[in-house]
Amino acid sequence: MAKETGAISWKELSLGTAILEPGSSSKLKTGDWRSMKPVTDRECCIKCGMCYIFCPDMVYSRDDEGYYVQNYYYCKGCGICAHECPKDCISMVEEGSNG
Amino acid sequence: MAKRLGVEVSIAVAEAAKQCNVDVISAYPITPQTHIVEHLSELVADGELDAEFIPVESEHTAMSTCVGASAAGARTFTATSSQGLALMVEILYIASALRLPVVMSMVNRALSGPISIWNDHCDLMLSRDTGWIQTVAENGQEAYDLIFHAYRVAEDHRVLLPVIVNLDGFTLSHVIEPIEYFDQAEVDSYLKPYVPAMRLDPKHPITMGPVGMPEVYTEARKAQEEAIKAARPVIAEAWQAFGDQFGRYYRAVESYQMDGAETVLITMGSIGETAMTAVDEMRSRGKKVGLLRIRLFRPFPVEELRKALKGVKRVGVIDRALPFGASGGPVAAEVRSALYHQTDRPFVYNYIAGLGGRDVTVENFEEMASELESLEKSELTEFYKIINVRE
Ligand code: SF4
Ligand code: SF4
Repeated sequence: MAKETGAISWKELSLGTAILEPGSSSKLKTGDWRSMKPVTDRECCIKCGMCYIFCPDMVYSRDDEGYYVQNYYYCKGCGICAHECPKDCISMVEEGSNG
Repeated sequence: MAKRLGVEVSIAVAEAAKQCNVDVISAYPITPQTHIVEHLSELVADGELDAEFIPVESEHTAMSTCVGASAAGARTFTATSSQGLALMVEILYIASALRLPVVMSMVNRALSGPISIWNDHCDLMLSRDTGWIQTVAENGQEAYDLIFHAYRVAEDHRVLLPVIVNLDGFTLSHVIEPIEYFDQAEVDSYLKPYVPAMRLDPKHPITMGPVGMPEVYTEARKAQEEAIKAARPVIAEAWQAFGDQFGRYYRAVESYQMDGAETVLITMGSIGETAMTAVDEMRSRGKKVGLLRIRLFRPFPVEELRKALKGVKRVGVIDRALPFGASGGPVAAEVRSALYHQTDRPFVYNYIAGLGGRDVTVENFEEMASELESLEKSELTEFYKIINVRE
């Protein structure tokens, strides 16, 4: 895992601060500044995958039962999934609460 | 053998870019730069230069295209002036931050308003802090010569920074001068093919220009500052190699009649030629006047100036731009800060001259040099003035 803070010396920066490793963003915790998080109500979910398609941060993946589950490591709490869910079964709940 | 031709300086600059075998040119026409890119587009259209000429709808796009092409590994050229430069400034910062060796000739022209197509250094100063290396030509031959030098420096893996070659609008760009064109073989031995240190390549994907969070931004800027400082010896080395190959040696600061000089004028750009005539006249009358001409504006030649001004009593710095509300012109401000920490430093006064195409004459230089002595002794509240301004 790369250093999440990016705190390195100027001497260690790559030329022009380019990122030389493809896909390295998967190592970065992009979900640490979220204030709201999406929680899915499985009772009403129809497994359509719209949340998975619309999430800009690849938070969702399909589980064995066909439900789409969140990996909060990447979720920035934008609420797009909740907005797009055709069954309104994703609710945005305050970070830190149990939802 | 190199051949000497009577040719418009703009055409010579375009020919230099051609001889550097550029791969991509993207530009938008703007007076007084137009002839350069016009000629390059002809060379490409006529099949004399195997390059992509990408016409665009604005200078912002011209520079963006250069950034993209350079990132893909192409040797890239563009040219601009004044308002065009103003429009591309945003991307100038990107080019240098991404460490892309784009070369641009800037045909210096005043900024609006009032609208002026004539020469001064407003545009040069607008690009001052963009992180580009900047050289300044004094005559047509230099405008041609400095293009080869620019690529050699920019593409050196110890540097990898973009370079602007400045030349004064009209007074240089539109003048027909005898220019010594180099043989292609000579150019090829001075300037090797471009080998990118890093480039966009689908086989080896990289990200150029990512976000710099507060944890990394300062380090990124520091790295860029160190890069332009580290360019100093390479710039000198490339001038040395140029002299060895072509017979003309350039320096970051050119000295003229500096032996025993007590009063020194400092110029940048084509007015240096007029100033040399003025210095000759004053020397013939026994006046101890010398001249320094700044050839390298970025990185600023602090050490060279300190050395050259050792023992000098008074200095008149001529600026071709007026930054409103500042304590004088930008070149003078830099010269002053270069000298400030010296215990034995000369009196420095600043003249703002030649704005928007106003002539700066031999007499003007003589007046400045002779006035400096009395200014030095008087109680001043301001250390600059605009010359030739009608009250
Ligand atoms: S809130 Fe935004 S980032 Fe988080 S899972 Fe939903 S769409 Fe993705
Ligand atoms: S969009 Fe809504 S219904 Fe569709 S899979 Fe996601 S949570 Fe279930």
